Amino acid sequence: MAIATVPGAGIDVGSQAPVPVDPRRARRNRRIKDNLTGYAFLIGAVICFAFFSWYPMIRGVVMSFQRTRAGETTWVGWANYERIINDPSFWTAWQNTLYFTVLALVAGYAIPFFLAVLLNEFRHAKGYLRILIYLPVMLPPASALFLFKYLAYDPSDAGLFNSILKGLGLPTSQWMQSTDMTMPAMVLASTWMNMGGAVLIYLASLQNIPGELYEAAELDGAGLWRRITNVTIPQTRLILSLMAMLQVVATMQLFIEPLILANGAGSEDSATSVVYLIYQHGFFQNDLNGAAALGVIMLVALIGFSAVYARLNAQQD
Amino acid sequence: MAHQSETRSLVSFAQLQRGRGKVIYWTLLTVVVIAFTLVFIGPLYWMITGALKSSPELAQTPPTLWPADPQPANYSDAWERLDLAKLLFNTFYYAVGALVFQLVLDTAAAYALSKLRPKLGNLILGMMLATLMIPAMVLIIPQYVTVIDLPILHISLIDSPFSIWLPAVANAFNIFLLKRFFDSIPEDLMSAARMDGAGSMRTLWSIVLPISRPILGVVSIFAVTAVWKDFLWPKLVMPSPETRTISVGIYAFSGGTPQNVVVAAAVIAAIPTIVFFLIFQRSIMSGLTAGGLKE
Repeated sequence: MAIATVPGAGIDVGSQAPVPVDPRRARRNRRIKDNLTGYAFLIGAVICFAFFSWYPMIRGVVMSFQRTRAGETTWVGWANYERIINDPSFWTAWQNTLYFTVLALVAGYAIPFFLAVLLNEFRHAKGYLRILIYLPVMLPPASALFLFKYLAYDPSDAGLFNSILKGLGLPTSQWMQSTDMTMPAMVLASTWMNMGGAVLIYLASLQNIPGELYEAAELDGAGLWRRITNVTIPQTRLILSLMAMLQVVATMQLFIEPLILANGAGSEDSATSVVYLIYQHGFFQNDLNGAAALGVIMLVALIGFSAVYARLNAQQD
Repeated sequence: MAHQSETRSLVSFAQLQRGRGKVIYWTLLTVVVIAFTLVFIGPLYWMITGALKSSPELAQTPPTLWPADPQPANYSDAWERLDLAKLLFNTFYYAVGALVFQLVLDTAAAYALSKLRPKLGNLILGMMLATLMIPAMVLIIPQYVTVIDLPILHISLIDSPFSIWLPAVANAFNIFLLKRFFDSIPEDLMSAARMDGAGSMRTLWSIVLPISRPILGVVSIFAVTAVWKDFLWPKLVMPSPETRTISVGIYAFSGGTPQNVVVAAAVIAAIPTIVFFLIFQRSIMSGLTAGGLKE
């Protein structure tokens, strides 16, 4: 009777051979052994996640409500949040970061898509163009930014950009010395360094568009522009909206551009970003707790943004 | 790429081969090739030659297209002053170590989650994937605090390469890529191996890994470039001059070093990544789109 309840064991019924081990127990033993093997394979990664990902997430929230002074940790409620919000640079940092994000979205979102659509039409030099556009992505950001800082954004006429502008008869700029140009200049450098990835991702999704759609649109008399708006964009909508979200989350974490190009804060705080403020508080003002609080604020803002964005996107479908 | 001639894109192939279409196509292509070369190679050229100029020449108006009096000494100066050999070695060492740790531990974990499926596997996978929602910079402070004084063990990993290697393993994107690839390996293959008496380790080693070479390549490339390009994390956890990475080292020296020497150092730091890219460009560019962004 015990045997009959085990699926697959039915064939044994009627055979006279004695069953050496209770098959149920054997199966259970095997399942335990399989589970143990599974955990053994998982343990290394799980430990790393636990120490360097899961625990810090909790620790970040906890320490934002604590204050450690001279080795002594006390609970301080919302004091860290109050202190960080009252930092004179707090709102400037958010303003700068949002400004950078919006500018980078205009430049780093529209331009790569346009380039991908263009590159997708070429039947020649495809490999060459793709290698070129991805080359800056491979450079260490610190290297690329020193190139911009010392050679391109030189405020005298000896700089690359100013000499080009002068050659074209256009007014030159003070670049990082000018509070108005600081952000556009950082966006330019950042777009140059980062857009290759987006272009290649768009290219891959453009190649998945079935040719018949364009064929049909053309037969219906749709011109070039109509084919872009009625076929290309709807067909790549999913990837376009996903990339927009990823880009916003990435550009909100602006840090190395202000650090290297503007020595951190820039003239009159024009370059201070939220992450730079975190870095300032954590490592120069001896205020790791305040920095953690700002981290939590940023996390809430970004997750809130992602949730709202995903919601809006889902509603559109 | 082979099917390119069959599937048409925005503009039909035939249209580009005759009359006006052909003229526009070739003009546009020429313009784009020249513009791309100027925009993407131009700055690199400017950087390499800029580092060859003397300080007065660098400040000269208008700038010279080719250094009038090339100073290769700037490069040797940078090499010696910043101890670039040491910095390059450090960065290389951290990158290779991160690669080994990620390949071993992430592959093992993804294999367990995909094929061995222990009881709490899905929960663990979910918790790993949840970390993808957290922007890296947000965690930088608590991660730093953790590394200074590791919970339970109470040791500090500052200036130890483990502070780069172990956090690199906690990469949910790797696990996701690897698991998805392993999921596509037919169950028949696995059970056939089991029938032949192969244990889990054996199956992983002689069945799963050989099939998974492409995805392992992608993960490896990501692992190496991530360490090479990273800045803030190594700046925080590798503060000593002896343990710095190349990017951090150049930044640390940029204050008191002449501009042309800093740029020379930046060129030297970029060379390994460019060579690496030119060798692996095919896998790098296809790996990018294998990143799960394609439906």
